[in-house]
Amino acid sequence: MAVEPVRILSANWEVPGSHTLAVARTRGAYTRLAKAFAMKPEEITQVVKDSGLRGRGGAGFPTGMKWSFVPPKDKRNGKPVYLLCNADESEPGTFKDRYCMWMDPHLLIEGMILASYALDCHRAYIYIRGEFRFIFRRLEEAVKEAYAAGFLGKNIQGSGFDLDLHVHLGAGAYICGEETALISSLEGEKGQPKLKPPFPAVEGAWKAPTVVNNVETLAAVPWILENGAAAYKALGTEKAPGTKLFSISGHVNKPGVVEISMGMPMKRFLEETCGGVRGGKKLKAIIPGGSSVPVMTAEEVLEGLVVTAPKATDAGPVTQVKVARWLMEAGAAVKQGEPILECEDGLVITAPATGVLSETRVAVGSSVPAGHAVTRVAPTMDYESINQVAGSYLGSGGFIVMDEDTDLVDALTNLLRFYAHESCGQCTPCREGCGWMYQILCRVRDRKATEQDLVTLLDLADNIYGKTICFFGPSAAMPVQSFLKKFRHEFVARVQTPDAPVPVTAITGAA
Amino acid sequence: MSISHRHVASRGPREWNDAQRAQVDEIMARYPTKQAAVMPLLWLAQDSFEWLDLDVMRLVARTIDVPASQVHAVASFYTMFKKVPTGRYVIDVCQTLSCHLVGAGPIIEHLERILEVDEHGDSKDGLFTLHRVECLASCGSGPMMQVNEDFFEFLTIESVDQIVAAYRSGTPPVTPQPQASTWQWNRSAS
Repeated sequence: MAVEPVRILSANWEVPGSHTLAVARTRGAYTRLAKAFAMKPEEITQVVKDSGLRGRGGAGFPTGMKWSFVPPKDKRNGKPVYLLCNADESEPGTFKDRYCMWMDPHLLIEGMILASYALDCHRAYIYIRGEFRFIFRRLEEAVKEAYAAGFLGKNIQGSGFDLDLHVHLGAGAYICGEETALISSLEGEKGQPKLKPPFPAVEGAWKAPTVVNNVETLAAVPWILENGAAAYKALGTEKAPGTKLFSISGHVNKPGVVEISMGMPMKRFLEETCGGVRGGKKLKAIIPGGSSVPVMTAEEVLEGLVVTAPKATDAGPVTQVKVARWLMEAGAAVKQGEPILECEDGLVITAPATGVLSETRVAVGSSVPAGHAVTRVAPTMDYESINQVAGSYLGSGGFIVMDEDTDLVDALTNLLRFYAHESCGQCTPCREGCGWMYQILCRVRDRKATEQDLVTLLDLADNIYGKTICFFGPSAAMPVQSFLKKFRHEFVARVQTPDAPVPVTAITGAA
Repeated sequence: MSISHRHVASRGPREWNDAQRAQVDEIMARYPTKQAAVMPLLWLAQDSFEWLDLDVMRLVARTIDVPASQVHAVASFYTMFKKVPTGRYVIDVCQTLSCHLVGAGPIIEHLERILEVDEHGDSKDGLFTLHRVECLASCGSGPMMQVNEDFFEFLTIESVDQIVAAYRSGTPPVTPQPQASTWQWNRSAS
């Protein structure tokens, strides 16, 4: 389906002076407030729920549902509600929120006013990472402008609704992007995560109900309110509606931030949107959603998942299947479990994953031996497909591309240095384990490791995954597990042939 | 002059001046508790007193009525709060994967060489402190570095030389603001 590109989040980025209130107002900033104030707060939550908007920070949790977890006023014991905007963007490979805030701060502020009104929140904060101090200054300017124009403060536009908005500057800690750590940090503690439950929506900042939303999530709210839930749901896929900002980095011709509707075939995204692998090289691997998600192989990206003719069905063993008719055309979007092919004896072959159907490679009337490939389902850029085809995640949309010359042992070692450095130190498996995994990987990289080290590495990853307070531990374990599973030969080669030459790559010489 | 005095015990007790006091009051009004003001106050203190020695931390602790150990715990948790003096220009150069893939390694080595840094990252002329840091969210425009607050992206050996020379000459380079050409928009139909 060739739909015109819709720009919801990046619509104003090319407009000169888009960060100023004067220009933003010519582009419709704050025009959605009047519509919102004429609605009941719970109606706004319902619109967001109906739109299917999912959290853009990485987890993809439905935003409207998150909002609806906040207890109603009579069950809050007089406590206020806080809205926190998570602008601690630090996931390696992710740099979208930075441009959202730099180019269009008023869109974010408007989204926060709308969300605050829906949540009965009267004090909201933007928590921005310390390294973005130049953006912090711009946001503070924008907040000041919004106050002066009466979009923030007391009795906004005569609605009787009050909102104070402040920008809080972090000071260099990746973990503060985890919502409970962000709350700890805002409260003036070390930025260490807390056990859930209680979830922040029930007991968050200063023990009051708190909603933490990503920048991109909040920036989508004004458009949804203006155009309606149905218009948003019409974009993207059924389970992942709307548009998403993707951050493209690594060995591509066109790195940068793009906004696309969810559900674009990943191969097309790579070849067209990213401009293909740079220097005409072949693809080796992709990390599709920021450094914490499992890596994908070139085959998974380009070829997808093979759909085979079943060897056995409920009716008994099968030796051959004869194709009666294709139920889907090549290039069609398919959902997991959806029938794609009907065979002559009534057998129906279903899609093993959500994605896009590759060429209908078996002609009608021809036979295929059981267990052989009939077609493929290639991944698309949405939460479901990436997970079902490659066992990975869309995450924050940080799309890191690695070409055929990349030394993946070195790449993984680089990532584990990051995790070893950024572990907050609260849980022993993570604090100790990340450092150990990094040290072992250094030995593998430097050809000083034994095969037993690879066993230990996986053992460590298994013992971190799921055994920590927050999701940082699994985020460090998943790259290790996936790199070792999908590119095991590269690691084994390092430990088995200690005298083989180190491959020369574009990245040799780095730490 | 090199920055050899890394562990200065004390530069003497500190107090806010009137202008700073006004900022302190404004900051504290933003939060429902005094303790929540600790990070913005540490930023204010760092801006005011260059770096955070124990006397500065004690001042922040007195201001918000918490034990000094609490302020120290917070200050030591975050990498951007300076617990030791640094050169006038702090260069944070990104070494994480996306920058690494496009050649951060040689850029870092070059910086170390031309700045003649010691084991703490302090340059021989005392003007710079070089840190290898983790992801600064500039992955599509690497290799990159941050000098104090400013981002410098798409670094090459030549541009690094120019940037360092400009700081050395006393006329810091104008920060290149993000331009439309440094990222792309939605060029393809979706």
